[in-house]
Amino acid sequence: MAQIFHRGTNTISRVSIIGGVLLIGCIITAAYTIDRGSFNSDVAVVKEQPVPFSHKHHVSDDGIDCRYCHTSVETSHFAGLPATEVCMSCHSQIWANANILEPVRASWRTGESLAWTRVHDLPEFVYFNHSIHVNKGIGCASCHGRVDQMPLMFKVNTLYMNWCLDCHRQPEKYVRPKEQVFNMAYQPPANQLEFGKKLVAEYHIQKLTDCYTCHR
Amino acid sequence: MKSSSALFITGLTLAASGCRQDMHNQPKYKPLAESQFFADHRSARPQIAGTVARGHLRIDAARYTGKMGDADITAFPFPITRADIERGQQRFNIYCSPCHGRVGDGNGQVVRRGFRQPPSYHIQRLKDAPVGHFFDVITNGYGSMPSYASRVPPDDRWRVIAYVRALQVSQGSTLNDVPADQRDHIEAQTISANGAQQPTNAPPANPAMPPQPGPGERR
Repeated sequence: MAQIFHRGTNTISRVSIIGGVLLIGCIITAAYTIDRGSFNSDVAVVKEQPVPFSHKHHVSDDGIDCRYCHTSVETSHFAGLPATEVCMSCHSQIWANANILEPVRASWRTGESLAWTRVHDLPEFVYFNHSIHVNKGIGCASCHGRVDQMPLMFKVNTLYMNWCLDCHRQPEKYVRPKEQVFNMAYQPPANQLEFGKKLVAEYHIQKLTDCYTCHR
Repeated sequence: MKSSSALFITGLTLAASGCRQDMHNQPKYKPLAESQFFADHRSARPQIAGTVARGHLRIDAARYTGKMGDADITAFPFPITRADIERGQQRFNIYCSPCHGRVGDGNGQVVRRGFRQPPSYHIQRLKDAPVGHFFDVITNGYGSMPSYASRVPPDDRWRVIAYVRALQVSQGSTLNDVPADQRDHIEAQTISANGAQQPTNAPPANPAMPPQPGPGERR
């Protein structure tokens, strides 16, 4: 009986099996990389803003506290964006003629809002509350990174659910003393886990992994 | 048939993974989000005149204006505790110290950058000023200083004033004003602070910043 397939078909079948597996692997790796990378998460991507506002300058050089502008961070789910009035507290006199501040002055003159681009834009099926985090010992820098060293604002964390859960499952890895929350340069102690467990008990940190904690 | 349905499912999966935004961007406003509905494009609406938010009824004039009739009140409208002064210190350092400096000498970082210097709290006029005067200044602004009413709630303003009073006492005091049992503690702190840093006549660790550049220049 004659062979149905040519001998070379053996090679083709091997190559196609191995190649198929590799191809699927490549597709999965590529999808994962794109999903986790800054293409999708916007990590480390600087967004265009009406004014190239430098947190580094205002926080590091001028020593202004986060709460001077983000007034409601301790009392509300929303940290608060400064009204034009807040910018003008200083810029009525300092850099009062600088070109880059013209949008601020225009907003002050006309009463129209400055249209900032949101950098940390959570999906809207997630409930997030700033006040509970800062009042339970989670530092600004734990999520936002060293904003005091950023000339232009960008995200340092994906804000993906697995990232949230990393802390919600083990808050002792990140919790710090309440009086250190706004200290951008805080360094955790060497025995953070042990120390963190003490703080978790002291601050009554609990119920962190129920679905409805964030999806409500 | 089998292969075509597999292809269909694959295609559907790919398509679904591409349009995941409808739950991400729901038809609702986040705080301060832009609105196409209102003429001024703001979703955050200004308060209608005469609205009183829950917990914001302010019928106690002395507590919420710092005045009785036309005169500044001279006593705090509620008893000041240690916790109030500590809260006042924290709020002072956030909102006031950029200009007034941490000790209230009017030499804060923003002043070093070129903002008009406020008077020191340690001049006689302000030592004599009634507490209601400070409340009025925080609430309504004074000279170059804008209103801080939107940033410091009324009771926190009183706590800040209590801390300003504490600063005023502290700067004119000598060791003899400290209770006898606390003096050793203060002396030990002073010695260790001077020993660890440079002698007091050396230039400060954080000298005044260079004058601000001309308009349009970027730092």
